[in-house]
Amino acid sequence: MDTHPIDMTRSATNASAAAAVSVRGVSKNYGQVEALRDLSLDFPRGQLTSLLGPSGCGKTTLLKIIAGLLQPTEGEVEVNGKPVTGPGPDRAFVFQDFALLPWATVLRNVAFGLELRGVRISEREAIAEQYIRNVGLAGFEKSYPHELSGGMRQRVGLARALAVDSEVLLMDEPFSAVDEQTRRKFQEDLLGLVAGENKTFLFVTHSIEEAVYVSDQIAILLPRPSRVSEVIRPSGLRTRNVSDIRRDPEYLDIVDRIWASLRSYVE
Amino acid sequence: MTAFGIRLPGMSSLILWGLFWEIIGRSGYTFFLPPLSEVIATFFSIVDTPAFQKALSETAQAFLAGVFSAVVIGIPTGILMGKNRLVDELLLPWVNIFLSAPLTALVPVLMVLFGFGMKSIIITTALFAVWIIILNARAGVMQINRSLTDMANSFGATPWAAFSKIYFWAALPEILGGVRIGVIRAVKGVIIGQLLISIVGFGALFELYSANFLMGHFWAVLIVLFALAFVLSEGLAALERRVSYYAAQR
Repeated sequence: MDTHPIDMTRSATNASAAAAVSVRGVSKNYGQVEALRDLSLDFPRGQLTSLLGPSGCGKTTLLKIIAGLLQPTEGEVEVNGKPVTGPGPDRAFVFQDFALLPWATVLRNVAFGLELRGVRISEREAIAEQYIRNVGLAGFEKSYPHELSGGMRQRVGLARALAVDSEVLLMDEPFSAVDEQTRRKFQEDLLGLVAGENKTFLFVTHSIEEAVYVSDQIAILLPRPSRVSEVIRPSGLRTRNVSDIRRDPEYLDIVDRIWASLRSYVE
Repeated sequence: MTAFGIRLPGMSSLILWGLFWEIIGRSGYTFFLPPLSEVIATFFSIVDTPAFQKALSETAQAFLAGVFSAVVIGIPTGILMGKNRLVDELLLPWVNIFLSAPLTALVPVLMVLFGFGMKSIIITTALFAVWIIILNARAGVMQINRSLTDMANSFGATPWAAFSKIYFWAALPEILGGVRIGVIRAVKGVIIGQLLISIVGFGALFELYSANFLMGHFWAVLIVLFALAFVLSEGLAALERRVSYYAAQR
């Protein structure tokens, strides 16, 4: 499926009312270093929001605070109206370096989130097999991570996060460690996933093109200390065919606009 | 290896050194070194004597008990030190001191504390082995990738699940390396214990043979011990290689 119709939950007008995740006045200090200062942002339900910014702007820090892996110095994060105090089953994390168990097969890796949640082995393996097929790894169930390419490993990481069926998917530069062709394929697949899975995606990236290509909403973070400088919502890209997006005038305009505002922060 | 275009079988160097030993022994240069063939003949003549078998079983018991305690105490302690800053600060100086300490000097103290029997030998063996096992387990846990820890947390792993399903396996290559070195040290520990504490096991045989200038017997027992230690170490090294495929990419 190539086109993604816009329905009510995906339209911009009621975005804040349907926020799945909201960040309110979050600051994070490491000793004297201010990583984040008074940052507020809403992440609309069922959509993909990118956190985009130069390296060192605290995007991953923000994502880990939302995941409950880091505690904010000030402020709070709400997921579905409930304040975050730590990791929870409503969120799943996809790691930049995949974070797979090298001693376990693809099947066990994909089922590992469920294993930690105490799901019975027959049940969790059935679920894992389904998601292994969904990410296109059928036939590799018995392989080990070191036998797979980088792109395939990240598919395992993605399947593991999908298998626990969380409402919110937190993705920390998931495609930065795979090669360019694989990355493009991933980006196309991600659009299908956002349209099909009815989950809220939070996507950290440092690639302007990637952010504009995959996002319903792009939050641009500026560094030292990090704050949201701008939120951009592409209006017409989601109705385009995936292979036409990169030729769309709106796509090119937004890429240019973001580069114009970021270029002064690049040494 | 090939020499002069001929492919040499493995262990060729061992044969060469064995020949060298045989020649020196036959030359009658020193009573201290009988020919290798005589040593091997002696070995077969003593291997089924009650004295040798008793020595072997006493040594094996003390060794296995010592290594078992060192592993069971060392691995969890090391993992705990790697995960918990407070425990680490508390224990690390002691581990480092004991690792480099001449433990032989402690053996007389152990004698006073635990008597002249098996107990002291087992404790000596464990003391020789445990420190390097602790340090390696600690190092293994400390190099675990941050995102594996984050992964465990983000899926809500209980501390026990994180320990048994992730930390132990992620640290396994280092842990096995530590156990291998620990086992080699334990061989020293058990022999030193037997020699110093109570003249039992192989310690007793060494005393007996060297005091009576039975050099053939002495060398036969020594070769047995060297071979046992070598086989143990190689066996553990083979085990280590089985997990090395993931040691490079954790």
